[in-house]
Amino acid sequence: MFKRLFSKRNRVLVSELVRTDFKLRYQGSVLGYVWSLLRPLLLFLILYVVFVKFLKVGNGIPNYPVYLLFGMIMWNFFVEMTSQSLSSIVGRGDLIRKIRIPRWIIVISSSISAVINLLLNLVVLSVFIIFNHVQITGAITVLPIIFVELYIFSLGVSFFLATSFVRYRDINYVWEVLLQAGFYLTPILYPLSRINNLLFQKLLILNPMAQIIQDARYVTVTKDTITNYALYRGEPYFFIPFVIVVVIFIFSANYFRKRSKFFAEEI
Amino acid sequence: MDDVVIRVENVTKEFKLPLERRNSLKSTIINFYKTKKKYTLQKALNHTSFEVRKGEFFGIVGRNGSGKSTLLKMLAGIYSPTEGSIDVKGKLVPFIELGVGFSPELTGRENVFLNGALLGFSRQEMEQMYDEIVDFAEIRKFMNQKLKNYSSGMQVRLAFSIAIRAKSDILLIDEVLAVGDAAFQTKCFDYFTELKKSDTTVVFVSHDRGSLERFCDRGILLNDGDVVSAGNIRSVLKEYDKIVMGQLEGNTEAFKKNKKQLNPKEQKKIVNIKEVKTYDSKNNIKNKFNYEDDIFIEYEAVVNENIINPIAGITVWKKNVERPIFATNTLIEGIEATGSFKKGEIIYLKTQLPKHINDGEFYIEPAIANESATIFYDKIDNAKEFFISGSENPYSIISPMDKSTFLKK
Repeated sequence: MFKRLFSKRNRVLVSELVRTDFKLRYQGSVLGYVWSLLRPLLLFLILYVVFVKFLKVGNGIPNYPVYLLFGMIMWNFFVEMTSQSLSSIVGRGDLIRKIRIPRWIIVISSSISAVINLLLNLVVLSVFIIFNHVQITGAITVLPIIFVELYIFSLGVSFFLATSFVRYRDINYVWEVLLQAGFYLTPILYPLSRINNLLFQKLLILNPMAQIIQDARYVTVTKDTITNYALYRGEPYFFIPFVIVVVIFIFSANYFRKRSKFFAEEI
Repeated sequence: MDDVVIRVENVTKEFKLPLERRNSLKSTIINFYKTKKKYTLQKALNHTSFEVRKGEFFGIVGRNGSGKSTLLKMLAGIYSPTEGSIDVKGKLVPFIELGVGFSPELTGRENVFLNGALLGFSRQEMEQMYDEIVDFAEIRKFMNQKLKNYSSGMQVRLAFSIAIRAKSDILLIDEVLAVGDAAFQTKCFDYFTELKKSDTTVVFVSHDRGSLERFCDRGILLNDGDVVSAGNIRSVLKEYDKIVMGQLEGNTEAFKKNKKQLNPKEQKKIVNIKEVKTYDSKNNIKNKFNYEDDIFIEYEAVVNENIINPIAGITVWKKNVERPIFATNTLIEGIEATGSFKKGEIIYLKTQLPKHINDGEFYIEPAIANESATIFYDKIDNAKEFFISGSENPYSIISPMDKSTFLKK
């Protein structure tokens, strides 16, 4: 599948679909693309006021505002990518019913829109990183690998959601609730160290999103954060989040491949 | 036979039409353990086989709902067959519908690139062809307008202009000529003429007899998912005409019938005539007969209230003939006391038509009336149609039993 992704025809198709997506997204808005940058900026402002000035949740964590924004950006990427992909197959029903294109291209192109948004957000983030004098170390070279993990995890979930949405339109609402739950179960707004019970800490970090966000913060913002490695040093449980990512991806990609033959008739 | 580019072998396509919508998790969970069938199978194509050779203009003809589009979509790889196999050699471009992926919120220009990408063109290739496309479609001054402001004719012209750039070995064309003014149609025809000269293979689906006859070499006729006729396009179209004519004349009757079936509850009838059957002397149930066949008609009716001495009859009409060609009932045949029927009992009537009825289309009007023939308990205007062929005698309703004797005396 990944070999075919880079065939000329498929590349053109993905880029054209992503382009359309972006054009349509900012259709009729005055500021247009500026919103892609403005959104993380405003988000940062809100987080800063609420969690740094009012609630003071992150006392003790260096560069807490950047720490907070980074977690938020990664979580938002996951939400955006999965919710867009969820409806991508059904939303592109007109294409699927009329022309033969590899079905996965549609999911991939909707995921790429989300990736582009993530990159724009990271641009804003790096401005804050510089502004806050965050000490960047060599550990940041690991960051791309963490993002690859994030992408594969999101893609796995996306394939599953997109496929099941064709048959069960309630997935939409179920996923909304699950995302809401996931948001609070993942240490995004609160630092993991705020949870006093070690067992709970250990359970929470098994969620791939928690592991990914904590690792990314660790290599970028501050060493003062609890990671999967810190909790499970030397234990086999350390691998659980990665195994979850791989299993979800393989299962979902297969499910998608099997069902995609029938998309045209079922949509 | 290596010049076969499309080989369709024994292809069957079934669609599962859900009986109750089971599109939600709740109903899936609730129905999970129910083993009863949750869908009906709709057969769109029934063991279809044919071959298309290289460079051929191949027509697919048939009424609405005969399986044409399903077949085309399977050739294009959009649907996969339930059974059988489809082999396509070479690059295939489907124009199943024009303007795939057109987005009304984008400008004409942007849509050109998107549509091009779907047909396999890169942005650079599209840049090069852009002027040609716009000129062919004759809408240069609208290119920066949003597509939603285009007229439907303009959209089709644009879509067609892009689509014909796609250089491919096989083209699938599905009734594209329906829109567009005369001038544009001329352009389409010129394009087809050009195609015909080249060695592009074209599979063409249309209702338009004229263009089918003009361009196609061979073709198939589909009716209810079956290939009814195949071969030379003229003979195929002749068969098609027969089906269409029958359909047109049957429409009004079929409409009445449908209307009756739509609200069965409103018409709580005293008796209910069930399915009417026609069959030959070997008990083969069918509705296409040879004029030499013995033709039997029978029906059953469920009695909903106790009745005494009902009159049961069958009338047969021929299309375009004012009077029935055949009518019989129990009273005419001298059975005055047919007996008493209780609720739930069944009335059965069977009759045989005289032999040698000439070619045509016929419909059966079964009826059951009360003892004095003043009210109909049930009567269906067009309960069943059947066809007779083989006599080649269009002049009268029946033919002689045997050859006439001719002598000089």
